[in-house]
Amino acid sequence: MTRYILKRVVHALLVMWAVATLVFFMLRAVPGDPLRAMLFDVGDPQAAEELRRKLGLDQPIYVQYALWLGRVLQGDLGNSIYGSRVSVSRILKEAIPRTLSLAGLAFLIALLLAVPAGILSAVKRGSLWDHTFTVLAFLGLSMPDFWLAILLILVFAVHLQWLPAIGYVPLSKGFWPWLSHLILPAIAVGTAFSAILARMIRSAMLEVLRLDYIQVAWAKGLPERRVIFKHALRNALIPVITVMGIAFALLMAGAVIVENVFAIKGLGRVLIQGILNRDYPVVQGAILVVSAIFVFTNLLVDVLYTLINPRIRYEE
Amino acid sequence: MKNRQPRASAAVQYPAQAVPRSREEAGLPRRRSPRWVKVLRRDKKALFGLLVLLGMTASAIFAPWIAPYDPRAQEFEMLLPPSAAHPLGTDDLGRDLLSRILYGARISLFVGVVTVGLAMIVGVFLGLLAGYYGGWLDSLIMRYIDLQWAFPNFIIAVYLVAIFGTGLENVIVAVSLAFLDDFARIARAMVLSLREEEYVLSARSLGASDLRIMGKHILPNALAPVIVQATVSVSYAILAEAGLSFLGLGVKPTTPTWGLILSDARTFISRAWWLGVFPGLAIMLTVLSINFLGDALRDLFDVREYREETKR
Repeated sequence: MTRYILKRVVHALLVMWAVATLVFFMLRAVPGDPLRAMLFDVGDPQAAEELRRKLGLDQPIYVQYALWLGRVLQGDLGNSIYGSRVSVSRILKEAIPRTLSLAGLAFLIALLLAVPAGILSAVKRGSLWDHTFTVLAFLGLSMPDFWLAILLILVFAVHLQWLPAIGYVPLSKGFWPWLSHLILPAIAVGTAFSAILARMIRSAMLEVLRLDYIQVAWAKGLPERRVIFKHALRNALIPVITVMGIAFALLMAGAVIVENVFAIKGLGRVLIQGILNRDYPVVQGAILVVSAIFVFTNLLVDVLYTLINPRIRYEE
Repeated sequence: MKNRQPRASAAVQYPAQAVPRSREEAGLPRRRSPRWVKVLRRDKKALFGLLVLLGMTASAIFAPWIAPYDPRAQEFEMLLPPSAAHPLGTDDLGRDLLSRILYGARISLFVGVVTVGLAMIVGVFLGLLAGYYGGWLDSLIMRYIDLQWAFPNFIIAVYLVAIFGTGLENVIVAVSLAFLDDFARIARAMVLSLREEEYVLSARSLGASDLRIMGKHILPNALAPVIVQATVSVSYAILAEAGLSFLGLGVKPTTPTWGLILSDARTFISRAWWLGVFPGLAIMLTVLSINFLGDALRDLFDVREYREETKR
């Protein structure tokens, strides 16, 4: 068990190293790379030369790589080349809680919608409920999250004027201000995820409900609620957990776009603004942090799965 | 019916003047409609998907003829609500929204199909190589594929645009690369399961070259899951392109694409709801239709799912 977790941790670290290395070299190998564009933007050749030296670009690439990796490991991601040259780690430090609260709230909303819908569809298979949820799930999956975001703004901010259309307020300024700014983006991000989750819970439940021990539970005359929640749901959730990692990744991907609709300065907005401004230290830093979140949620899910499912074998 | 003949001798005994007028008359079983027709007849969702997609494709191809106005012409009053003259209204620069959406279908469908086509060709090739030869080549290719697999396709596409830069060509390259891992995995899995089949072994013992075995014996049998995957991927690729354009990373601002029209709409939705509603509806209808068709294809080919449907 410990060995398995250790192996997964090492694997996650390797993936992170590979991402960092690939991003470092690809950013420099592509023609018209942002570095050269940046030097070009400086204009004055002498100033450009100075910047080159300051950034260490006059050294061989492997030396640059080693120095860069060393700095990254110390948490130094360089400075933004745009505006007031804030340090990248500070920008990211401010962005991370925004993205995580958005993704977290979206996750919660999705769960609240998907679990009852999935169970109901499975238990009342073929009913009007089942069909309605099936159609809703298809719609949810096909609807671009940024469009849903616009529709939500249109209805709840523009027409009903119940909620603010853009911006972010940290939780420290109070629960309601935080929630009111975050709820629309969270619904926009969580909808596709909840559609997938509902479908998966439905099929997992159907699978379990067929099994003998459930038949026995019915035959014993146990109340419906007990059979469904205690006997069926607990086992149906095991396969669902395996895809939670991928699903959470989907939430993060959604957040990247939706943050830009609601002008929330989270990781996604930082990344996209960085790309648009050709602010390559910011882009590099944002890619590293976003990737780290993916890799470590996957790790967490893997570990969680082995803890929950006693049937899994740790050694291969 | 009177000259109905016993089945076995039917073909030979007909005199020249009594050519049977139907298959029944000739004593042959009634021709059964092909399976896909039956699937469409039974599966209304797939039929809906097919019709919508045909419509979208037609509007993409024939946009210059069916669009009521030039999509770039800024010649009308700004922000007109939907009316008979402008069924979907006009935008902030006085352009006809319906025309822009019809033209937008061109880029969206084109990018969706081309990127997935490229991803399929490269991905299947890599998967075949990895699965067939194994060894270090397999490790090398699959290490990379696994790395990419750890992230959603859309995020990979954003990363690649970050590296290559913005613009339509770069978006096409980025989306193609972002989607190839799915195909590589499927192709490799198929090769591994087919490699030891007897007909492949016998082809090899007859001295068939690797290329011939891969191309003639393995690839055709691996096609069904690849096609199903391609269908699903097209819908995600269309979403990815729309997303990238929406974020301003895609086509140039003057080109009408669904993502870009929506992006422009953001500033004006408080005054012009139609700008925010219709382009998104076009994206959703297209994606929904492809998803419906994909489901039907899965039934038709009887393909088990090779990947969780959660990735995109």
